[in-house]
Amino acid sequence: MNFEFSAEQTQLKDIARKFLEKEDSVKRARTVLEGETSYDEELWKLIAEMGFTATAIPEKYDGLGLGYLELCVIAEELGRSLAPTPFSSSVYLATEFLLKLGSEEVKQNYLPKLASGSLIGTFAHTEGNTSPTEANITCEVKGNLINGTKIVVPDGDVADFAIVTAKEGNDVGLFLVDLSADGVEVVNQQTLDPSRSHASLTFKGAEAITLGSTNEGWDNLQNILDRAAVLFAFEQLGGAEASMDMAKEYAMGRFAFGRSIASFQAIKHKLADMYIAVELARSNCYYGAWALSTDAPELATAAATSRVSASQAFNECSKENIQTHGGMGFTWEFDCHLYYRRCRQLAANIGSQSIWKDKLISSLERANQV
Amino acid sequence: MDFNDTAEEAKFRKEAYEWLKANADLKEGPKDGWRASSEEEGLEQVKVWQNKLYESGWACMHWPKEFGGRESTPIERVIWGQEISKFKVPGGYLEIGQGMAGPVMMMYATEEQKARHLPPMAKGEEIWCQLFSEPGAGSDLAGLKTKSVLEGDTWTINGQKIWTSGAHFSDWGILVTRSDPTAPKHKGLTYFFLDMKSPGVEVRPIKQISGGANFNEVYFTDVKIPDSQRLGAVGDGWKVSLTTLMNERLAVGDASGPDFQEAFTLARGQDLNGSLAIENGAVREKLADWYCQQSGLKFAKYRNISALSRGETPGPQSSITKIVSGNKLQEIANFGMDLMDSAGIVRSDEPDADQSMYQYGFYGAAGIRIAGGTDEILKNIISEQVLGMPQDMRADKGIPFNEIPSSNK
Ligand SMILES: Cc1cc2nc3c(=O)[nH]c(=O)nc-3n(C[C@H](O)[C@H](O)[C@H](O)COP(=O)(O)OP(=O)(O)OC[C@H]3O[C@@H](n4cnc5c(N)ncnc54)[C@H](O)[C@@H]3O)c2cc1C
Ligand SMILES: Cc1cc2nc3c(=O)[nH]c(=O)nc-3n(C[C@H](O)[C@H](O)[C@H](O)COP(=O)(O)OP(=O)(O)OC[C@H]3O[C@@H](n4cnc5c(N)ncnc54)[C@H](O)[C@@H]3O)c2cc1C
Repeated sequence: MNFEFSAEQTQLKDIARKFLEKEDSVKRARTVLEGETSYDEELWKLIAEMGFTATAIPEKYDGLGLGYLELCVIAEELGRSLAPTPFSSSVYLATEFLLKLGSEEVKQNYLPKLASGSLIGTFAHTEGNTSPTEANITCEVKGNLINGTKIVVPDGDVADFAIVTAKEGNDVGLFLVDLSADGVEVVNQQTLDPSRSHASLTFKGAEAITLGSTNEGWDNLQNILDRAAVLFAFEQLGGAEASMDMAKEYAMGRFAFGRSIASFQAIKHKLADMYIAVELARSNCYYGAWALSTDAPELATAAATSRVSASQAFNECSKENIQTHGGMGFTWEFDCHLYYRRCRQLAANIGSQSIWKDKLISSLERANQV
Repeated sequence: MDFNDTAEEAKFRKEAYEWLKANADLKEGPKDGWRASSEEEGLEQVKVWQNKLYESGWACMHWPKEFGGRESTPIERVIWGQEISKFKVPGGYLEIGQGMAGPVMMMYATEEQKARHLPPMAKGEEIWCQLFSEPGAGSDLAGLKTKSVLEGDTWTINGQKIWTSGAHFSDWGILVTRSDPTAPKHKGLTYFFLDMKSPGVEVRPIKQISGGANFNEVYFTDVKIPDSQRLGAVGDGWKVSLTTLMNERLAVGDASGPDFQEAFTLARGQDLNGSLAIENGAVREKLADWYCQQSGLKFAKYRNISALSRGETPGPQSSITKIVSGNKLQEIANFGMDLMDSAGIVRSDEPDADQSMYQYGFYGAAGIRIAGGTDEILKNIISEQVLGMPQDMRADKGIPFNEIPSSNK
């Protein structure tokens, strides 16, 4: 039994953590949140120089050819430090779509630039106030031209291209659209987490390249979402643990009634509950990491398990971190709200908690046909 | 990252499986398992099976060979646990002896006492109980009052213990007493082992909410214990008790009873308001939550095993097992009965009926959340010992024991 990250992977995690601390990633998240820029371009370049964007891309496309376990530990640290960059959109989603479904030509054209961070990709799926389904998607491709509107596309205003879900005939397929091309209108959208930018994308006859075969489009999409879910879960895990640590540290130093508030059982048990949620999430994330890195048949189950568990942990820790801080937790000045916001943003990003719980049970039904 | 055994581990697993295969029956399904029709019958079967394990060198595997063990590594014990769980074999009754009294005897008893008591403990010949809790001292164990007085080299014990599991069929007991009520609370305790047939020991069963009577009140009236049966120094009983409690927490595993798989299977076969329960969104959400908890505990355990396998000390993640599994069991038990609508509460004595499994969990979970450290005490332990937060403020520090406020004063 070797259900742990290797010494090298643990070391990489340590390097990533120290690098993001040194670069003041959390402070940069606040700067983006308060400022006019969509992301921290300098941090993005530094992250790319560290090779993080190239982690899982094969060497023949100028990647590092490391595996997904390495990407998981990096994701955890990006989540811990709230890195205000398009990493999740570009690396967990766009890169994965191209690796799995891109033609050799597309791979040659895009992957080296994704590896170096000089190109940013994203994924555009949502169209309205409801979770996208095969039946309700209205964006449509006819003769290689796409029409329709996607909303709350993470990093939509900074991405060079997007992978877009759209109808073609009776199927929903996946299409690559260059966002600087004619017929694409990008409008920035404000959300409750301005440390991560979002945009709506309107397509009016823009050119669309088909990825994979359209009649397998929906299945391909589910598979990529499962893969991405594991990586998102690691970000959420990092955010959860950071929130827990912040709550503990504040409690130890805050005195009321002549004693540290960390000595009140209501606060101690709150922290114990956070610890329980984080340990369950961490263990489930490891399961997801194993399934992702080995392409295990259990991937759908493991991904949903890690996603649901990590969403729960981050929710528990980020809201109770504010509570532990009392009035200070409710101020703009303290960082608690940055985690509270990011928690919500990540929970919404690739589908809601109810959807992932439903996916989990569906995958178990399939695995355990009776 | 993988779930594979090392070559050595695989060899050991094979050896364990083959021995079990030759000596026991495989379980036929998740619901299949050993069950005795009565406590007496169960005890009899456990003793026979344990003797067989002992004779073949599979009892108390991590113990020294001279006491019947095989000096196994922690990872070998884990592998054995995984393999034996596939078989229908008797279990229970022996945990307190082998898991708590044994380790304490090994640390504090004389060579002669070890040679006398440990092999029968390993063999399952002699059963032990834990005489710690008292009516006024449960979570606050160090508040116990059972009095011990030394005269010559004999101690005289007077007082009462409570919640003593298995006292009614035990041969021996481990006992903590107060030898000096004028010393501060944690300083005046002394620890013994004693023959449960000693004159003056009276065991009275307590009926539990489940209707059974697995635990007891135990009264001591002028019970004599030779000083040679003292474990640790006079006044050092708290330190010895902590050794015991640490072992108890290590020994407590998952709450046994219906888990995700049972609830899932039930929901897939059960009608709810005109369609299958599994199609109901609320049902699916609950099942997903339990699956995540169960899976989280399972993989936390795998992380522990990996640490053991590398020869490292496991992290503190196992401290969450009892809290999570006890509460999950209580929820699943309620859910299972709820799915059967009103009929879920109809009492069934038929052990294979769906109702009885959930009803057993309904009662059992309520006890699991208390026994061996309540949820609240465990959360204190997590916050203090894992997260390093301050201890609770106490009203009993540095005061002579007999001046501390108590429920009766
Ligand atoms: C939106 C808002 C509006 C407000 N408006 C006003 C106002 O108009 N006027 C005004 O005077 N004040 C106002 N307050 C202040 C408010 O009353 C305090 O924030 C609140 O009493 C908590 O005190 P604290 O912030 O100092 O937190 P702390 O007292 O430091 O508490 C921090 C954490 O420790 C916990 N804690 C503290 N003591 C104990 C204990 N004994 N046992 C268990 N847990 C404990 C708390 O529950 C909290 O989780 C406002 C606060 C907010 C958020
Ligand atoms: C099924 C079963 C088997 C048992 N077997 C044995 C046995 O074999 N031998 C033995 O010696 N004992 C045994 N016990 C006793 C068990 O160890 C105690 O019941 C347990 O430690 C709780 O003590 P108590 O019952 O006195 O409850 P209390 O200690 O009175 O607790 C009552 C409530 O107060 C809470 N509480 C107490 N102190 C604190 C605190 N500091 N902070 C927050 N909350 C607190 C508790 O969590 C609980 O909710 C058994 C109990 C059960 C239920």
